Amino acid sequence: MTDRALTVVRAGALTTVQDLGRPGHAHLGVPRSGALDEPAHRLANRLVGNPATAATLETTVTGCAVRLRTAATAAVTGAACPVSVDGRPAPWGAPVRVPAGAVLEAGPATHGLRSYVAVAGGIDAEPVLGSRATDLLSGLGPEPLADGAVLPLGPPYGPPPAAADAVPQPGPPAELVLPFLPGPRDDWFTAAGLRTLATAAFRVSPATNRIGLRTEGPALERARDGELPSEGMPLGALQVPPNGLPVLFLHDHPTTGGYPVAGVVPERFLPAAAQAVPGTPVRFVRLR
Amino acid sequence: MTPRPAAGPLPLRALPVGEHGLLVELDRAEDAGALHAELLRRAAGGTLPAVREIVPAARTVFLDGLADPGALAAELPGWRVPPPAAGDRPAVEIPVRYDGPDLAEVAALWGVTAEEVVRLHAGTAFRVAFCGFAPGFGYLTGLPERLGVPRRATPRTRVPAGSIGLAGPYTGVYPRSSPGGWQLIGRTDAVLWDPRREPAALLAPGTPVRFVPVDAPVPAPRTGPSRPAPQESAR
Repeated sequence: MTDRALTVVRAGALTTVQDLGRPGHAHLGVPRSGALDEPAHRLANRLVGNPATAATLETTVTGCAVRLRTAATAAVTGAACPVSVDGRPAPWGAPVRVPAGAVLEAGPATHGLRSYVAVAGGIDAEPVLGSRATDLLSGLGPEPLADGAVLPLGPPYGPPPAAADAVPQPGPPAELVLPFLPGPRDDWFTAAGLRTLATAAFRVSPATNRIGLRTEGPALERARDGELPSEGMPLGALQVPPNGLPVLFLHDHPTTGGYPVAGVVPERFLPAAAQAVPGTPVRFVRLR
Repeated sequence: MTPRPAAGPLPLRALPVGEHGLLVELDRAEDAGALHAELLRRAAGGTLPAVREIVPAARTVFLDGLADPGALAAELPGWRVPPPAAGDRPAVEIPVRYDGPDLAEVAALWGVTAEEVVRLHAGTAFRVAFCGFAPGFGYLTGLPERLGVPRRATPRTRVPAGSIGLAGPYTGVYPRSSPGGWQLIGRTDAVLWDPRREPAALLAPGTPVRFVPVDAPVPAPRTGPSRPAPQESAR
C-alpha cells in the first residue's frame, strides 16, 4: 500500500467522507449527499491547496483523530474545536503541517456540530457516480469511519496558498433563523397552521441527522388529511409528516416522498442548519 | 376519460418550489410520463434551460436548479406534448421465478389462480413511471387498475434483493435487501443497481420492461452494502 494514506485513530460519533455530492441523479432515487456545511468544506480545502471537489472528513459533535502516514498539510474548519498534532495544540481554521506518523486530532466541538478536516490531496476513496460522499440514506460512497480504518490520500494538488485565507466564518447561531418560501403544498395546511410555521418557536430535535433536521414544537394544523402521491422532494424542503412537526431536508434526503412540503428553505441558509446542535431554538421566517 | 389530441397542450399546474424549483402537476400518470419524455427530448436538443434535476413521480415532474423557474412555468402550458410512444425502444427483460411468498395472497386478491397471476403479470408491457425509495428502485406501471393490491398490513423487516413486489398500481424490484411492505410474487437475479456499471440503474424513468418467467432456480442473491437500509418503507 502507498504511504499516501491515513489511519483512523478515533472515528468519533459519526465521521464521514464528504465532497460536493452527486447532484443530477435524483431521478434514479440517488440523493445529492455532500458536505452539509459546504462553505466550511470549501474553506478547509482552500487552506490546504485542494480544489473544492476534493473530499474532506465531516465529523459530528465529538471530532476525530487520524494518523498520517506521510507528512502533509491539513486544516480543520466548520464547528470550532481544539486541534492538536501529536497532542500539541495547533490552530483551528488554518493550515497545519503534520509530520509523517503524527496524529492530527479535531477535538469535540466547542461551538457548532460538524467540523471538516481537509488533508492536502484529499481523501481518495473510490468515487461512486462521480462523488466520494458517504450517503447515509442509500448507503452509497465509503462507509462511515471506523477505528483502525485506512483511507487513501490523493497526490497533493500543489503548494497551499502562501497567504492564509481570511476566516470570517459565522459562529454557530444561538437561535437558528431559517427563511423559507411557502409551497409547493402550503394549501395542505390551514391559515393557522401556516401562521404556526412562520411565527412559532421550534427547537432542533436530537433525532436530527444528515437526512433531515427534525424539529420539536407546536404541530402545524392540516387543512386536509392523507398523503400525496409520491412527488420529487427538494433540498431544503420543510416536509411535514403526520405528527405536524416540520423536517428540514438536508443533503441525504429521500428524492421522492408523499408528505406535504409546506415551504422550502433556500440552499444558502442550510450551512447554519448543519451547525445547529439539538436544543437550539429555531424560527422559520417567511421570505415572501 | 376524454382522450387528448395527439400532441396538444397538457392540462397542468406549475407550482414554485423554493427559489429555483418547479413542481409541475398533471391530471394523469400518463401525462406525467409524456411531459417527462418531452423535457428529456428538449434537454437533449438543447432547447431546455439549464436544469440540475428532472424528477418524474406519480403525477408530477419536479425540476430543480432552474435560473428562472417563472419563465419556464409561463411557457409550459403552451407546449405541444405528444403522448408517450409505445414500443419506441426494446423492453428490458427481467427473468423472474414466480414463487414469491405472497403469490397465493395476490391470486386471492385478483380472484384468479397463481398460474393466472404469472400469465397476467408476465403478459403485461410495463414502463418505469419513476424511481425512488432506493437507488435503482423503479415504480413500474402497466397493470390494469382492477389488479391493484394493497401493501401488506405488516411490512417485512427484510425483503431479499431481487424480490418482485406489487403495491397499489405498481410493480417494483428490490435492488438490495431492505425492509418493505410490498406483496412479493417472485425473484430475479438481474442486478438492478451497480454503481460500477454504466448506466448504474437497470431501470430509469421511461424504460419499457417485461418480466419473463423462468423455471430454473434463481441463484443466491448478491448481497448489497452492509450498511443498514433506509428506515422509510417502500411505497
